Amino acid sequence: MRLFVSEGAPGSLPVLAAAGRAQRRAELLISTVGPEECVVPFLTWPKAPVLQLDSGNYLFSTSAICRYFFLLSGWEQDDLTNQWLEWEATELQPALSTALYYLVVQGKKGEDVLGPVRRALMHIDHSLSRRSSPFLAGETESLADIVLWGALYPLLQDPSYLPEELGALHSWFQTLSSQEPCQRAAETVLKRQGVLALRPYLQKQPQPSSLEGRVVSNEPEEEELATLSEEEIAVAVAAWEKGPESLPPLRPQQNPVLPVAGERNVLITSALPYVNNVPHLGNIIGCVLSADVFARYSRLRQWNTLYLCGTDEYGTATETKALEEGLTPQEICDKYHIIHADIYRWFNISFDFFGRTTTPQQTKITQDIFQRLLARGFVLQDTVEQLRCEHCARFLADRFVEGVCPFCGYEEARGDQCDKCGKLINAIELKKPQCKVCRSCPVVRSSQHLFLDLPKLGARVEEWLERTLPGSDWTPNARFITRSWLRDGLKPRCITRDLKWGTPVPLEGFEDKVFYVWFDATIGYLSITANYTDQWEKWWKNPEQVNLYQFMAKDNVPFHGIVFPSSALGAEDNYTLVSHLIATEYLNYEDGKFSKSRGVGVFGDMAQDTGIPADIWRFYLLYIRPEGQDSAFSWTDMLFKNNSELLNNLGNFVNRAGMFVSKFFGGFVPEMVLTSDDQRLLTHVTLELQHYHQLLEKVRIRDALRSVLTISRHGNQYIQVNEPWKRIRGGEADRQRAGTVTGLAVNIAALLSVMLQPYMPTVSATIQAQLQLPPPACSILPTSFLCTLPAGHQIGTVSPLFQKLENEQIESLKQRFSGGQLEESLALKAKASPKTAAGPEQVQALREEVAKQGDTVRELKAQKADKNQIAAQVAKLLDLKKQLALAEGKPLGTPKGKKK
Amino acid sequence: MAAAAELTLLEKSLGLSKGNKYSAQGERQIPVLQTNSGPSLTGLTTIAAHLVKQANKDYLLGSTAEEKAVVQQWLEYRVTRVDGHCSKDDIRAVLKDLNSYLEDKVYLTGYNFTLADILLYYGLHRFIVDLTVQEKEKYLNVSRWFCHIQHCPGIRQHLSSVVFIKNRLYTNSQ
Repeated sequence: MRLFVSEGAPGSLPVLAAAGRAQRRAELLISTVGPEECVVPFLTWPKAPVLQLDSGNYLFSTSAICRYFFLLSGWEQDDLTNQWLEWEATELQPALSTALYYLVVQGKKGEDVLGPVRRALMHIDHSLSRRSSPFLAGETESLADIVLWGALYPLLQDPSYLPEELGALHSWFQTLSSQEPCQRAAETVLKRQGVLALRPYLQKQPQPSSLEGRVVSNEPEEEELATLSEEEIAVAVAAWEKGPESLPPLRPQQNPVLPVAGERNVLITSALPYVNNVPHLGNIIGCVLSADVFARYSRLRQWNTLYLCGTDEYGTATETKALEEGLTPQEICDKYHIIHADIYRWFNISFDFFGRTTTPQQTKITQDIFQRLLARGFVLQDTVEQLRCEHCARFLADRFVEGVCPFCGYEEARGDQCDKCGKLINAIELKKPQCKVCRSCPVVRSSQHLFLDLPKLGARVEEWLERTLPGSDWTPNARFITRSWLRDGLKPRCITRDLKWGTPVPLEGFEDKVFYVWFDATIGYLSITANYTDQWEKWWKNPEQVNLYQFMAKDNVPFHGIVFPSSALGAEDNYTLVSHLIATEYLNYEDGKFSKSRGVGVFGDMAQDTGIPADIWRFYLLYIRPEGQDSAFSWTDMLFKNNSELLNNLGNFVNRAGMFVSKFFGGFVPEMVLTSDDQRLLTHVTLELQHYHQLLEKVRIRDALRSVLTISRHGNQYIQVNEPWKRIRGGEADRQRAGTVTGLAVNIAALLSVMLQPYMPTVSATIQAQLQLPPPACSILPTSFLCTLPAGHQIGTVSPLFQKLENEQIESLKQRFSGGQLEESLALKAKASPKTAAGPEQVQALREEVAKQGDTVRELKAQKADKNQIAAQVAKLLDLKKQLALAEGKPLGTPKGKKK
Repeated sequence: MAAAAELTLLEKSLGLSKGNKYSAQGERQIPVLQTNSGPSLTGLTTIAAHLVKQANKDYLLGSTAEEKAVVQQWLEYRVTRVDGHCSKDDIRAVLKDLNSYLEDKVYLTGYNFTLADILLYYGLHRFIVDLTVQEKEKYLNVSRWFCHIQHCPGIRQHLSSVVFIKNRLYTNSQ
């Protein structure tokens, strides 16, 4: 069953406590949703938490969810319990939501908050003392206790809202709060921040209805800012005044980076890109770029961080590519490894080491793990039926077969997995299989192979997941995919292949076989570390001290969440297993998929040729990061985001703040005398910064970027309202005010430069150079907003950070990448092997597409379909014809597009 | 309909002959039942569940864990959302939610008639009576369910029978 929770939703408290109490926690798949997301399809209002049952039904009532957990454990409810639950829903909740709204959203205190709930609290107290029983429904704890405790906890955990005189309530509350399931629920939901942890949720909720009508105010809507409490302001101002001296000392750079006892040791890996493909934007955002943001953030937090990646080089695909280009597999790997490394360098990916899998270390470690698995009886031998293409004279790797999916009928299912339904496929089960290279129909042949006995390892994996998942930051999709694999039952997986280009199998009778890439590709992380340092085992055989974060797209989850952990657990060598598996959804291109063969989409090497700086690419890709759901790259949207968010918001703010210092104060940060308005701004910035930290600690990369932009929006508004450019020409007081505003603004700019560092490292460095931000402040991101540029600090030369993207520029790029760059990839190919013009298989594929599209158009015309619909299909046909002409090397007619 | 009257109706439809006396508490007139055996019981759904058990018709509270939780959820919905604040907009929202929920269901739990159906029927009766033909068509699934429940033996009693037209008149509505 799947529990949807929302950050700070108070209902999570009783639900998690009840789940813990009834020992149902392990069965829960927890997904976090936004505070305004409607999860329940039949409800018109958002509600969290919500439990989706295995039957598909939803429980949206907090009490009903709690009750369900108890019922599952066989605990029925008596009349008295029912009575408490009904009272909770009809009496307590309305009073409590008013009190919490006053406290959390409006920042009220004392009697204002206690007033609405006092009667309800007294009612509980009286009932307890009248019956003189320790629990609400009698001598033993019941569902009523858990539900009421959960509802009251956010308020009562602050002793000032638990009136002394209510002794019975007091001891009841203490008894429950000290229980393990309740404690855990409280920690998870309130995160030791007290009631303020509920703010992100409560401030998005409509006002409690009991308040409606009363709070009619004629005041102009100030801004959408939360109300601040005096305490919050005092804390923020105190931190600000301490300044950069309160920063911890900078960690010395180490080489190699090794885990240190007592520190937070963060090992970050990004899925290893397959060597023979140039990665597209989706690949880049899915792993290397996402992991890079987290690695940079982790370093800013001064965590001991190692970020590794490398190219995955073994396998049939490499062999084929080698044949195509007339090189040896090793030469292909060498060539493409460099292409990959260059692309990531251009994108400014901060690997500590970018290695490869074709190394002696890979052989050594893979064979060692294999021997240990073999010795422990986790390897099986069996005969396998395999597809062999007689025309190409070889066994076909899964990715070289295509056919109709046996489950859903999708026509372009791959040999290992169907892209449409996501089910794993055994290549010989494909209907109408085709060799992807020559398009002939392969035959089935048998061959001896080795299997990893996953069913035998399943219990260990399950036990490990049960320990690891709760409280970890595995993304919901990773949890879901792993769980559904386990639920469907594990099957033995073949780990050998009839190939030459791979890690040799050290077993008699298997001399001419190699390990299947997915068995040894994940071992690549270990061997790449071993190539980085001979002390690699300090990272990889050290689960107690190392926090392992693995980044990937969701299709890679099974191998990292089930298969590799199985091998590692079966090898019994104390391997470090993934603590946080971070999987993205898919990134689409405009309205379709990226496709190398059709030349649709932007590929890593081409991004550089667009003239758009790497940081802009990084920004936009991270802004649309497919976090939680698929997203799409769109040129128009990229132009819009660049011009609105970067140019007009962020760039404009940072530039203005710096310019005021240069123009009005001779380049020296002026004296700042903070008024209460300034203090409030400072507090808002601090709160937003803390929100940013909360999000990035949970690897919510896209959401945290919003916080950066929010701060800069606050900054712009602040400048706009205070008009320092006017005040500077006024009297003494006005000039001082201009100084304060400029000083605070430039300090916000300095803070933004650090917050931006994980996302846009070059822009960040540029701002820091312009502001002459002192070194420790550049490399450490504290949890509160500090005055890092004190009065008298001299800044450097300020210049604009971003350029406007123009419509024509974007239109022409859009054109160029909509399938046209087949041209480019052909040109590339021509360079590589001069004698082939275009691959005959590509020409053939295009011809078929042209024919198919022609049929579609004729059919539509015959049906007298909608004009626009026909026109769209005709356009598609013309485009395909153009591509075909190009591929065949025929000259093109004059292009119709506008030139300029 | 006052809560006490509703509980008396329920008693009859459950076949309980004794006839309890109910008092009402507070400004919202919450029903209270003074039982012979133990302390009094307060609250519509609490008392209703108690009566069901008294009549030995526990199946009306659901038979599986899931069903039991679903029944209680809708009972809570009844007392918080239907009885709560009933402006026209609130009721429209309730009908809209229920309409999409009931799209693939015969009863609130799916296939089994339960206390949730009875109390929601009683609670909604005064609103459904006032719906126009067009509105009844708009909330087609609610109408189908409501019509079905009012024909269940012994449920409707003296409440007026609401007429639903079988043929759709407003094919373009929605």
